Amino acid sequence: MRLFRHGPVRPPELAGPLIVIPHPRISLPDVAANVVLTVVGVVFALPLLWLVFASVDKNAGWYIRLPDLSSENYRAVLTAHGLQPFVNSLYLAAVTTAVATVLALLAAYPLSRRHVPGKRTVMLLVLFASGLPVTMMLVPIYEMYAAIHWLDSSFTTSLFLAATALPFAIWLMKNYVDAVPVELEEAARIEGAGTLRTLLSVVLPLILPGFSVTAVYIFISAWGAFVVPLVLDANPDDQPGTVAIYQFLGAHGFVQFGQLAAFSLLFSLPVVILYLLIARSFRGGFTFGGGVRG
Amino acid sequence: MMDGSEFQLDHRQDRPRFEPSTALLLSLPGGFLFFLFAGPIAYALYLGFTNLQLIGPHAQAWWFTGLANPTRLLNDAIFFHSIKLTLIFVVGSGMIGQTLVGLILALLMRGSPAPIRLSVGTLVVAAWVIPEVTAAFIWYAFAQAGGTLGIVLGAPQTNFLFSAPMATVSAANLWRGTAFSMLVFSAALRNVPAEVLEAADVEGASRFQRLWSITLPLLGPTIITNLLLVTILNLSDFTLIYTLTQGGPGTATMTLPIYIYQEAFTYYELGYGTTISLVLILIGAVLSLLFVRKVRKAT
Repeated sequence: MRLFRHGPVRPPELAGPLIVIPHPRISLPDVAANVVLTVVGVVFALPLLWLVFASVDKNAGWYIRLPDLSSENYRAVLTAHGLQPFVNSLYLAAVTTAVATVLALLAAYPLSRRHVPGKRTVMLLVLFASGLPVTMMLVPIYEMYAAIHWLDSSFTTSLFLAATALPFAIWLMKNYVDAVPVELEEAARIEGAGTLRTLLSVVLPLILPGFSVTAVYIFISAWGAFVVPLVLDANPDDQPGTVAIYQFLGAHGFVQFGQLAAFSLLFSLPVVILYLLIARSFRGGFTFGGGVRG
Repeated sequence: MMDGSEFQLDHRQDRPRFEPSTALLLSLPGGFLFFLFAGPIAYALYLGFTNLQLIGPHAQAWWFTGLANPTRLLNDAIFFHSIKLTLIFVVGSGMIGQTLVGLILALLMRGSPAPIRLSVGTLVVAAWVIPEVTAAFIWYAFAQAGGTLGIVLGAPQTNFLFSAPMATVSAANLWRGTAFSMLVFSAALRNVPAEVLEAADVEGASRFQRLWSITLPLLGPTIITNLLLVTILNLSDFTLIYTLTQGGPGTATMTLPIYIYQEAFTYYELGYGTTISLVLILIGAVLSLLFVRKVRKAT
């Protein structure tokens, strides 16, 4: 499928090899299109390039320049103290992902297979919930957590992150379960397997690709979560990477930004890698789910 | 144990019959959502009408204050100011900026050679995939006095976060969020039938005519859906703006989510902060409802 074609279109009967050799004619609009694309590419690249250069620059400045190559920034970050935020982010994202994917599977299976009264309404409610802005719940959830003494814990913080991710995860997971043929489950049932066994040993293996995509999606969201841990968990030992970057920017932003660049780059790496793993499914309109990011 | 009951028709899964295990399975995620998702929203409906404070005279002794908060809201100049900024941000940076740039990129990339297409695509997506705080830090550096932006624009001593804060956070958000629209439109463009375009080409339709009378009308529904999703996404954006400016200088970039945060956690006005949250809930609910209606029509 081409929007722009190179060379003239000729009826096939004239397309003998000896008559005309079609050569890609470079048309003005084609050139213009590619120039625009290249310019946009450079505009998008400049800020990213600054991050990469500054992270390996001994004397990084605000402006982009070729670095005085040095691994000092990375060495400063890769200390036990510097790595604690990574551990905290990993914990937060892992617990969030585990809770949300398991609960999403438990909900998606009956919503896909069983008779549930008002199923359609439930699914529309789930979709509705996934479109609500998470920020709006911050103040009441803070107050709720204060009342039940759930503040300042990374576990309860990830429970809330899981709750905000859950509606979209259910929606996604149900679509994956829908795509699996029902016959295998019936066979398992006839052999006397219970619901949970059917779910774990028949359904789960079949939807594993979709299950992983859902998990990765939740993990990426939770890894980047900033305001929720900022508000719900004031314990400095629990600080995830996102909050660390923010604090660092406020406290030492003007002196050690080479180090902050190195830290930010390392912190971005896991989600970039995870994204590459599931990029295929992101393409086909899967992006519809960004509604729960926050 | 084989008494034959396993083979009865009642056990067929397509038969509309509510099984006890269904309730059991649904109760866990249902209860979880009820407690941690519906709970806070319901609680907000009450808290928004109280004088609760985080610290201060009404931290312990607080009560229902009726219409005091809504009245205060209607007389709050900063609130209306922040509504205006939210609109600028959502419409300018999101609906117009991200959607338009994403659409143009998707259209241009269809006809461009693979090396250009792939590298531009990768860069745009990279800006979207990295954590939002990282994107904010990058733009913090980019827009500083002595930063790359100033050098490119020929004003190296300008700190754009001070001289043009709203434009700068909007640009940063455009940079960060365009990938979403680009991916959505690229996927949709793959469904535009090539034969139709080629037929129009043979008939002598110009490039612009093909775009205007074939491609864009076919993309219509996708554009609407994308506008809705981009609005939902941008409406609640907190991290990028807060990390860049904390809503400042002054109140220059104080969009609704940041104003909520400031009232509740900087000025300790939890009750009033919740009242403003309710406004955001309402706007978000309407948008989400529109989206649900679109999906329901499509399925």
